[in-house]
Amino acid sequence: MTQATTHEPPPTGARAAHGIRQPMSALERVLAAFGYHLAVYRRTWRGSVVTRVLSPVLFLLSMGIGLGALVDDRAGGIDGVPYLHFVVPAIVVTQTLWVAWGESSYQVLGYIKWNMNYHAQLATPLGVRDVLAGHWLAVALHLVMSTTVFMAIAALFGGFDSWWAVLCLPIAVLTGLAFSTPLFAFTATQEGDNGFNIVYRWIITPLMLFSGTFFPIDQLPGWMQPVAWVTPLWHGVSAARAVSVGDVSWLPFVGHLLVLVGYAAGGAWLARRAFARRLLP
Amino acid sequence: MPDTDDILLSARGLTKTFGEFTAVDGIDFAVRRGECFGFLGPNGAGKSSTMRMVGCVSPVTGGELRLFGLDPATDGPAIRARLGNCPQRDTLDEELSVEENLWIYGRYFGLSRKEVKERAAELLDFAQLTERAKDKVEPLSGGMKRRLTIARSLINAPEILLLDEPTTGLDPQARHVLWDRLFRLKRSGVTLVLTTHYMDEAEQLCDRLVVMDHGRIVAEGSPRQLIDDYSTREVLELRFDAEDHGAYADKVAGIGERVEVLPDRLLLYADNGDEASAQVHARGVEPLSSLVRRSTLEDVFLHLTGRTLVD
Repeated sequence: MTQATTHEPPPTGARAAHGIRQPMSALERVLAAFGYHLAVYRRTWRGSVVTRVLSPVLFLLSMGIGLGALVDDRAGGIDGVPYLHFVVPAIVVTQTLWVAWGESSYQVLGYIKWNMNYHAQLATPLGVRDVLAGHWLAVALHLVMSTTVFMAIAALFGGFDSWWAVLCLPIAVLTGLAFSTPLFAFTATQEGDNGFNIVYRWIITPLMLFSGTFFPIDQLPGWMQPVAWVTPLWHGVSAARAVSVGDVSWLPFVGHLLVLVGYAAGGAWLARRAFARRLLP
Repeated sequence: MPDTDDILLSARGLTKTFGEFTAVDGIDFAVRRGECFGFLGPNGAGKSSTMRMVGCVSPVTGGELRLFGLDPATDGPAIRARLGNCPQRDTLDEELSVEENLWIYGRYFGLSRKEVKERAAELLDFAQLTERAKDKVEPLSGGMKRRLTIARSLINAPEILLLDEPTTGLDPQARHVLWDRLFRLKRSGVTLVLTTHYMDEAEQLCDRLVVMDHGRIVAEGSPRQLIDDYSTREVLELRFDAEDHGAYADKVAGIGERVEVLPDRLLLYADNGDEASAQVHARGVEPLSSLVRRSTLEDVFLHLTGRTLVD
């Protein structure tokens, strides 16, 4: 054969006697889509290490230890809980907003408009559902990584006083996904990146400040409290704080989780519609 | 020998609308196994919309479309598993390596890691990219990226390869390399379906083609047959020292079968160009330059639509 010099095409469907391939299962399709993001992550994770380590350290020093000393001296902690133990589980959950925002805005728009990864995937047996689920697996991986690093560093600072605090990890990841899926739906309607800054400034920052992360929401004016109740972050923060300080009352706790699942599922539904409209016109 | 009457792809009354706008306006066509079938037309003729429906990445608005006897509305994934899709814009990940792009894509078709690696090595050889296998995609030339996109679209050993404007934006040398690759693919039995607004590409590659304009098919046949049906054997091109070439159309009227006026020249359609040229001179009309050439698909298009293919 002279294949090396003539570069004959390899056998194709028309002449190759390849056997009939079984249709792929949903899991295979989702994992195939996830495989792309994994390859990207393998290449880029080093770049995020410094931010991932530095931001918890800065937060813990300023909020937990700086502000905490003041609160504990003057008020004896919050409801008897030292401020550090009050604030750490909440920051662990709150940082997922930034991660979810980063992974669900520019990144998603890039796959729609610039490198067109979604288009490439949808030209294969993968469907919109597979493409989205594969990407959300990757978002979940990012959330797990950042939350784990955050929690490990917080633990070094004495941020937790119970092993139950490890449950903050799944709660934080769920909270991140509750933001990510609606944000995917929003991003699929965007042409440029202006909307992302608006989301950051008018949704993420106010949420961070008024969802009970740094102080209990009963400190807020009465009319603002119901606003906190409908936002996912307050539910994530409340659930994480409950397991972390070991004060879980089951009915509210399950309620918090259901709200988060509801946000994630509702967002997924919207995202699927928005993606189909945008990518399969 | 494959059965030449084996229809892999057929459309009847195929329509695509976007709101009020009709991109594809009820077209009929059929593609047989092993042939190279082309959609020739200017930008905006509805070629890409047609290709996206055929590629099962755009729902059909009206009419009937069948690939391998299956309906894209219900069997999209099963159809796409047997298609190769080479879109107009490369959808490669430029930050990943050449071979990673192939490996990841192969997994989308359910190929095992082992199959993917074997197949990728063969395809890189075919695309003449073996030496660049470990390199990032980003610094590759436009022609190399196009070849990689084509290699990637072959990872599942497709029965039909869809190529939307395969050589748009490439320099002439890169185009010829690509045509050679596509020609080899066709010889190996892959059915090719391509769109182009280059008449030379259509002539080089297509066994059969349809000419599209405003979402409709205005003619169909082999390149040779279309030229025979819609043009003369030869064309005499005349350039004058004038702003408006239309002024000269009357002076040469009656010579040959017909005259087309372009902004920069007159095209005089005649079976014998030299004879027509002699008649022009005999009338005392002195062009700056005159050139006799064979008719091409460009002339067919001009005759059918009154416009040129490339602006």
